[in-house]
Amino acid sequence: MSDMAPKPVSLPRELALRLLTDMVRIRRFEERCADLYGQQKIRGFLHLYIGEEAVAVGAIHALQPEDAIVATYREHGHALARGISADAIMAEMYGKREGCSRGRGGSMHIFDAATRFYGGNAIVGGGLPLAVGLALADRMQNRRRVTAAFFGEGAVAEGAFHESLNLAALWKLPVAFFCENNFYAMGTALSRSESQTDLCAKAGAFRVPTLKADGMDVVAAHEAARQAADQVRRGEGPFFVEFQTYRYRAHSMFDPDLYRDKAEVEEWKKRGPIHNLTSRLKAQGMLTEDAFLAIDAKAQREVEAAIVFAEAGAWEPVADLTRDVHTEPAR
Amino acid sequence: MRMTYREATRQALHDALASDPRVFLMGEDVGKYGGSYAVSKGFLDEFGPERIRDTPLSELAFVGAGIGAALGGMRPIVEVMTVNFSLLALDQIVNTAALYRHMSGGQFSIPLVIRMATGAGRQLAAQHSHSLENWYASVPGIRVIAPATIDDARGMLKPALADPDPVIVFEHALLYNAEGELTDAWQQADIRSAKTLRPGRDVTICAYGGTVGKALDAAFELAGEGIDAEVIDLRVLRPLDDETIMASVRRTRRAVLVDEGWRTGSLAAEISARIMEQAFFDLDAPVARVCSEEVPMPYAKHLEDAALPQTPKIIAAARQLVGHRAPSVPSR
Repeated sequence: MSDMAPKPVSLPRELALRLLTDMVRIRRFEERCADLYGQQKIRGFLHLYIGEEAVAVGAIHALQPEDAIVATYREHGHALARGISADAIMAEMYGKREGCSRGRGGSMHIFDAATRFYGGNAIVGGGLPLAVGLALADRMQNRRRVTAAFFGEGAVAEGAFHESLNLAALWKLPVAFFCENNFYAMGTALSRSESQTDLCAKAGAFRVPTLKADGMDVVAAHEAARQAADQVRRGEGPFFVEFQTYRYRAHSMFDPDLYRDKAEVEEWKKRGPIHNLTSRLKAQGMLTEDAFLAIDAKAQREVEAAIVFAEAGAWEPVADLTRDVHTEPAR
Repeated sequence: MRMTYREATRQALHDALASDPRVFLMGEDVGKYGGSYAVSKGFLDEFGPERIRDTPLSELAFVGAGIGAALGGMRPIVEVMTVNFSLLALDQIVNTAALYRHMSGGQFSIPLVIRMATGAGRQLAAQHSHSLENWYASVPGIRVIAPATIDDARGMLKPALADPDPVIVFEHALLYNAEGELTDAWQQADIRSAKTLRPGRDVTICAYGGTVGKALDAAFELAGEGIDAEVIDLRVLRPLDDETIMASVRRTRRAVLVDEGWRTGSLAAEISARIMEQAFFDLDAPVARVCSEEVPMPYAKHLEDAALPQTPKIIAAARQLVGHRAPSVPSR
């Protein structure tokens, strides 16, 4: 596809640059996370989103502030795109009390009430029923809000996926099901785990309208998500979007990445979402190299400041170990 | 006023639905069918299909939807037909509902009530009869209650709905038809404390749910033999009301723990350990347990009866404990 003329960016310049900025912020943030993991500053599991940024950025910018987001354990990108501060996310990954989850969650459990960010769910498919319920509450309280549920293609093998799609469709609930198909559930390729690999066909079986979008192209991802969110907001019931994307890094920092061909990874890297957008914006005269470098430098400064913030953070006192198990006294 | 446990439960649900528009009931066959135990009969007509919500057979999804709806500002009451079926929703209950507040650093609470029937005694065999209350009672982040009396069936739902965190309500299936007097005390029902149903001096019998009646029957018979048994209805299985249990055991110096769950890792085992930790030197005899036999619940009546804690077993256990004191010294 590299020899094809780049498809023009159909978005207003300001929005296009915002999408670009967020993708760069996520990329820079996660590159440093990988370093910090090597230095053992970040521990536990760390699942990087590098390569997939266009999906979260494109989709989340199609949502309104009052909408809800339910994400997975590969959610740093979604959290950053949603506007949770890099400081609070980084501090959480350090396990500090200044973290958005007070050091209780770590990389896989980013939560933020202010932006209606409902995790950070590390049971595959586990967030889907939750999203259905959030949407049900909106419907019952006559609020025109969208609940966006992000999940990987691995989740479609779970009963939770099928039960949730059925329930959402049956009750016409305002859920946007955003499936991030990166083709590998940890190390298991989609074709090795599903009899039906057409994910839209699965969703269609529940009579949910579907769209397939190029998840390496933030413009396409954004447009698909906007169409879905608009339709959901109009009260027409749930919508399913399959974003085809690819993670450049291993599943987690523990993963030796032996299950896929290096050539395949390199092939996908040619479609890199940041490169994809910058080259098109430049071709259209909407971005200069200097402007791009300024965006990049600012993103790096933001990440370095977040690291300083996290380093300076405090450890929650062990005396507070059992706080927030229950809402009241139980301390 | 005399009424059945079913009617008391129905009235409690009715109150909740009538007094708070955020409350709704969701589950399999709660609407058109009227509830698998006929608890919600007539509700669909009165409150409409938005608030009396029949679900597909998707325990995982509708329990999870209850969690999400609670997060979204509603006060859902989710009914799961039996505790055995709740295992299909165990992921949502344990991995989401119970953990959510803590892993979000206290940002989100889940004010959700999950009701389910539990227990054996109706020859429904292995997949409809188990008592798995203790599985849930072992999980931090949820409260587990087991109303056993008419007053509690009527009164415990309101504080459960007022709790900002998830509450699981176990209703023993044999209790629905049980009749009793509703007293004014129902309005003071709480979800924090155990309740002493019968005071006594010689032995403490702790029971909950479906075994409370058996414990009271045992106490009545024991009284005829001069053994004065105190009966505690645990009511709240998590967190356990250690104070009430220990105060009683320190006085009677003996404890029989009755539990319809399997003995291994049972709630009775937990309470026994707590008694060892907190009241060991006050004991005159080892703690006794009367639990279900370690067998999948059989169908045939005589086998089912044999598998369950029964009044004669409770009596025998109490007698044996009292025998640890100098024999045949009447207690009064």
